[in-house]
Amino acid sequence: MIPGPFSYHRPATVADAVKLLSSLGEEARPLAGGHSLVPMMKLRLATPEHLVDLHGVAALKGISRSGNAIVIGAMATQHELLASDEIGQSLPILHEIALLIADPQVRYRGTIGGNVANGDPGNDMPALMMTLGASYRLEGASGARDVAATEFYQGAYFTALEPGELLTSISVPVPPAGHGYAYEKLKRKVGDYATAAAAVVLTMADGKVATCAIGLTNLSETPLLATDAAKAVIGTSLDPATLKKAAEAAVAIMSPAADARGPVEYRKHVGGIMVMRALSRAAACAK
Amino acid sequence: MAKTHVTMKVNGAEVEGLVEPRTLLVHFIRENLALTGTHIGCETTHCGACTIDIDGMSVKSCTMFAVQAQGSDIMTIEGVANADGSLSALQEGFRMMHGLQCGFCTPGMILRAQRLLKENPAPTEAEIRMGISGNFCRCTGYQNIVRAIQYAAAKINGVEFQEAAE
Amino acid sequence: MNDMTPTREQREAKLEGMGCKRKRVEDIRFTQGRGNYVDDLKLPGMLHGDFVRSPHAHARVKSINGDEALKVPGVLAVITAETLKTVNLAWMPTLAGDVQMVLADGKVLFQNQEVAFVVATDRYAADDGINKVVVEYEPLPPLIDPFKAMDKDAPVLREDLAGKMTGAHGPRKHHNHIFEWTVGDKDLTDAAFKKADVTIKEMLSYHRTHPSPLETCQCVCSFDKIKGELSIWGTFQAPHVIRTVVALIAKIPEHKIHVISPDIGGGFGNKVGAYPGYICAAVASIVTGKPVKWVEDRIENLTATSFARDYHMTTEIAATKEGKVTGLRVHVLADHGAFDACADPSKWPAGFFNIVTGSYDFPTAHLSVDGVYTTKAPGGVAYRCSFRVTEAAYCIERGMDILAQKLGMDPAELRLKNFIKAEQFPYHSALGWEYDSGDYHTAMRKMMETVDYAGLRKEQAEKRAAFKRGETREIMGLGVSFFTEIVGAGPSKNCDILGIAMFDSCEIRMHPTGAGIARVGSKSQGQGHETTWAQIIATEIGIPADDIMIEEGNTDTAPYGLGTYGSRSTPVAGAAIAMAARKIKAKAQMIAAYKLEVHEGDLEWDIDGFRVKGLPEKSMSMKDICWAAYNSVPPGMEPGLEAVSYYDPPNMTYPFGAYICVMNIDVDTGVYKVRRFYALDDCGTRINPMIIEGQVHGGLTEAFAIAMGQEIRYDDDGNVVTGSFMDFFMPTAVETPHWETDFTVTPSPHHPIGAKGVGESPNVGGVPAFSNAVNDAFSFLGSTHIQMPHDFWRNWKAAKNLGVFA
Repeated sequence: MIPGPFSYHRPATVADAVKLLSSLGEEARPLAGGHSLVPMMKLRLATPEHLVDLHGVAALKGISRSGNAIVIGAMATQHELLASDEIGQSLPILHEIALLIADPQVRYRGTIGGNVANGDPGNDMPALMMTLGASYRLEGASGARDVAATEFYQGAYFTALEPGELLTSISVPVPPAGHGYAYEKLKRKVGDYATAAAAVVLTMADGKVATCAIGLTNLSETPLLATDAAKAVIGTSLDPATLKKAAEAAVAIMSPAADARGPVEYRKHVGGIMVMRALSRAAACAK
Repeated sequence: MAKTHVTMKVNGAEVEGLVEPRTLLVHFIRENLALTGTHIGCETTHCGACTIDIDGMSVKSCTMFAVQAQGSDIMTIEGVANADGSLSALQEGFRMMHGLQCGFCTPGMILRAQRLLKENPAPTEAEIRMGISGNFCRCTGYQNIVRAIQYAAAKINGVEFQEAAE
Repeated sequence: MNDMTPTREQREAKLEGMGCKRKRVEDIRFTQGRGNYVDDLKLPGMLHGDFVRSPHAHARVKSINGDEALKVPGVLAVITAETLKTVNLAWMPTLAGDVQMVLADGKVLFQNQEVAFVVATDRYAADDGINKVVVEYEPLPPLIDPFKAMDKDAPVLREDLAGKMTGAHGPRKHHNHIFEWTVGDKDLTDAAFKKADVTIKEMLSYHRTHPSPLETCQCVCSFDKIKGELSIWGTFQAPHVIRTVVALIAKIPEHKIHVISPDIGGGFGNKVGAYPGYICAAVASIVTGKPVKWVEDRIENLTATSFARDYHMTTEIAATKEGKVTGLRVHVLADHGAFDACADPSKWPAGFFNIVTGSYDFPTAHLSVDGVYTTKAPGGVAYRCSFRVTEAAYCIERGMDILAQKLGMDPAELRLKNFIKAEQFPYHSALGWEYDSGDYHTAMRKMMETVDYAGLRKEQAEKRAAFKRGETREIMGLGVSFFTEIVGAGPSKNCDILGIAMFDSCEIRMHPTGAGIARVGSKSQGQGHETTWAQIIATEIGIPADDIMIEEGNTDTAPYGLGTYGSRSTPVAGAAIAMAARKIKAKAQMIAAYKLEVHEGDLEWDIDGFRVKGLPEKSMSMKDICWAAYNSVPPGMEPGLEAVSYYDPPNMTYPFGAYICVMNIDVDTGVYKVRRFYALDDCGTRINPMIIEGQVHGGLTEAFAIAMGQEIRYDDDGNVVTGSFMDFFMPTAVETPHWETDFTVTPSPHHPIGAKGVGESPNVGGVPAFSNAVNDAFSFLGSTHIQMPHDFWRNWKAAKNLGVFA
């Protein structure tokens, strides 16, 4: 289990990284935390001829507030997210979710950029980014552009990234104070991808749901935004009948694959359960 | 493939070597540096037997290239004992609490536990279990590893080790 | 006597003998990364080998072309079956009397089967090389379901066996049939079933799983052409057996083969067998004249070397309406994969599965086992159990629960009613074993009292009522398991491997200053022999355990032993150690008598030396006797103080235990929570309680994994779908429950120190406890049996099938 040979590049700036990626073409891959890519290389399921290591690019690090948004550098690790007070105060759901990703060692190295950019439907951050209305800054040879998370995912491992483009940062609008949130993830064990998971961010007014967004992880080829399910709970107090209705609306858009985590009917069923549980828990913590 | 010259600090000593870009850090440590206490138990970044400490992080050295460790400060199990050669609090804890059997996961487990205690000097049992969840052990069922870490935490904090009642 | 004279307690404590929680000797090196495992070995000029493996479950190999691989820098050789044929090693014998391809010879019979061996200067070049070997396959139909193996139109798997309708264990009924093994009285058993008030019948599947120690299988082979000697360092649980096997198949004189098992990173049965990697590395070393290392990776380990279980057991019990069992009938369909490579004693094609009558007084029983070939990996190792004993324990312990359900009896009560009574030991079972000792009722009642069994049943009844009222979605199960193991293989009258009786051995040498070395034929893989073996000697001869060095694993220095598996080390090697120590002590007594100028019979043993009866101040310590053994032995006596013992056990030992698992299951997701697990073990005399507790923790964790999800599963095309640590359930500290341990002590009457062995009990008893808990949880909804593994989705499916979502 040894990776195939490759050339190693370690640029110091985003411009150099982008230049390398676009000039080396499809045989080059950016290397962030490496915890998805390196195992694939060891299995020789990925055999890039060039690796562009982003650890030398200082501009890709950091977590900062910019107006009403939190801007997270693509190379911020899950561990750094967990250590950030800014995240803890403004985006507490990110702490909850980061702790459910892989294991402690992986979280020291695994980056948020890698998690959202590689298009693995099993990754947890993409559905959350869609739920939070985040956008991604993509930089390429022809300049920078921002793409909404909801527009980014096209299929398993297929994203809006053009060849030579690099995801450099994520901008997350800060949800209103007092918002409720929850990420319910069913997995077989620590380190596993979700059998099914649901992210909920909502606000309550007078005991009723005022706004709500629901994201789903690993229940389709791409992360999903369950808009009908979210609509179904607006204006309700999340009574059992409403929860059931929301779950049914969410299940209707799920199309998971059968795998060792269970058959399709199971993964859809627990997908609905995760939606109900996340809604209830989010409402309970809303102020 | 052309080789690259790398230098890093390992267990306090400057080391160097020539590696292919694809050389995994764990192989550099085990084969170039002959520090064989760091083990390999899988190739999919699950088992944690290869865990070392790099620049204040617990890292699975099977999932990092040696070239990426250029200039970094590394500790492996060979650097854990006290300066006078005596066992560190964790090493002693593992022995006193029977926290190991075949010994294969032990180096990774101790390196991971050491970083955990640096970040959280008095962890609860649940925090310990979560903190070592990136390290598999096939022999002990983890219970005595948890006790070993509690023993070490108590010793480091200068308090008496009290076993939780069953 | 003055204040400085140590008390008897102090002298006793200084020995750190049997019964004390001695800290482990091994840990000093292991905690510092100074263990010495196979992959740590680096010899000058050492090469690396790696396998090209089959992507198909069943295919004809049309051609293998290594030309491109040989162009890869560093690649030196591509070895195929054709190469091996030149040294007559394309096939190798298995421990079960079958033969196995070392490298694909004409066809492949399971996914990831070894096809070619690439030898290169380092492991990177070898990996590059295997990716350049071109193999042309013609796919053939896979055979995955063992129940279809003997269909008339089932594909022919083993073309090499064409026309051979008799195998190592008798007649074969079909081209995919391996053996039929029957035990017991069929007519009596059939009659018992005809007469029975109540009978149950259920097909209980014990799924295919894998021992998967954290260190995979690996070796370094080094052939010295000048001396004609082959040295092999390897992950071998039984190094002497490997030496003999190599001598037999490679035709190298046995004294010119040096097998060394250094530190081993867990075995659990995986490292008993001989694998193609060992043969290929040895051949590669002979061919190249250089040392060759082979290190299996994790995916190879899970998919190619030695699975465990895969037993499908149709189980019938006959009983009176009062709940007294009157007969047991079991038929097993055993899926052995492509080659019968079971690691059992030679005469036992289904191991000791005939312990299936368990802890109960069955007047009659009948067992038949059919072994079949499928297109799956070969193996059938005892994954932390004696040979097929965990399958047997699962079979009877599930069976008893199913019977209790049918009778409307409490499963613990049913067991108490049918246990073999303490006064019935030694007990002759209906299927031919002589149980040495036991006190089942005491153990069971202690378990029930400690956990408040009645209270738990009451809570369960309340919870069930609440579930029916719709107030909770959680159901509760109590999994009772009372197992009897059969370990310590074994007496030469019925146990051998390749004709070698399954004795074990110990050689002790005491040095003049009172320290010594003991070499033993067993081989620790984490059990802590370096610690516990010294404790036995310390108690036997009064020398502190710290002054005894234990050495295992080097066939040049250790006396011949059959190795460590099947919980045989303490029952067999442990006995040899005690017997060798007693020989030392006997000679020491003669020396002491001579030095103290008394008759031998006037001496009595006192902790750490001999004293003259009635004159306690006249004594000689063992330490002083050691010195005397080298300068002033009695006239006519040879100097020195050494002894060797080869111990052929008169019987197996029969550890037992009472376990209970308390579990809650959320029917909406199938997610379970182990609320409590209590394990009471009786392993006879306890050598080191700390190590026993550790062994129990580890075995329970493996049992938990197996019962709740750990599975080698194939899809319909014969691909392994659980072939890495992503999908092969390996619990972390977070999933693993908290374990409570307890014990009773019923010594073995025939073992020199009364010890029975413990390492595997928790796996044997644990699996039925978990499975019974799940099944007990669902039973009130109308289910009789749900197959393992009980992972989340299967629990949910069970709930769905029982109408919970209707």
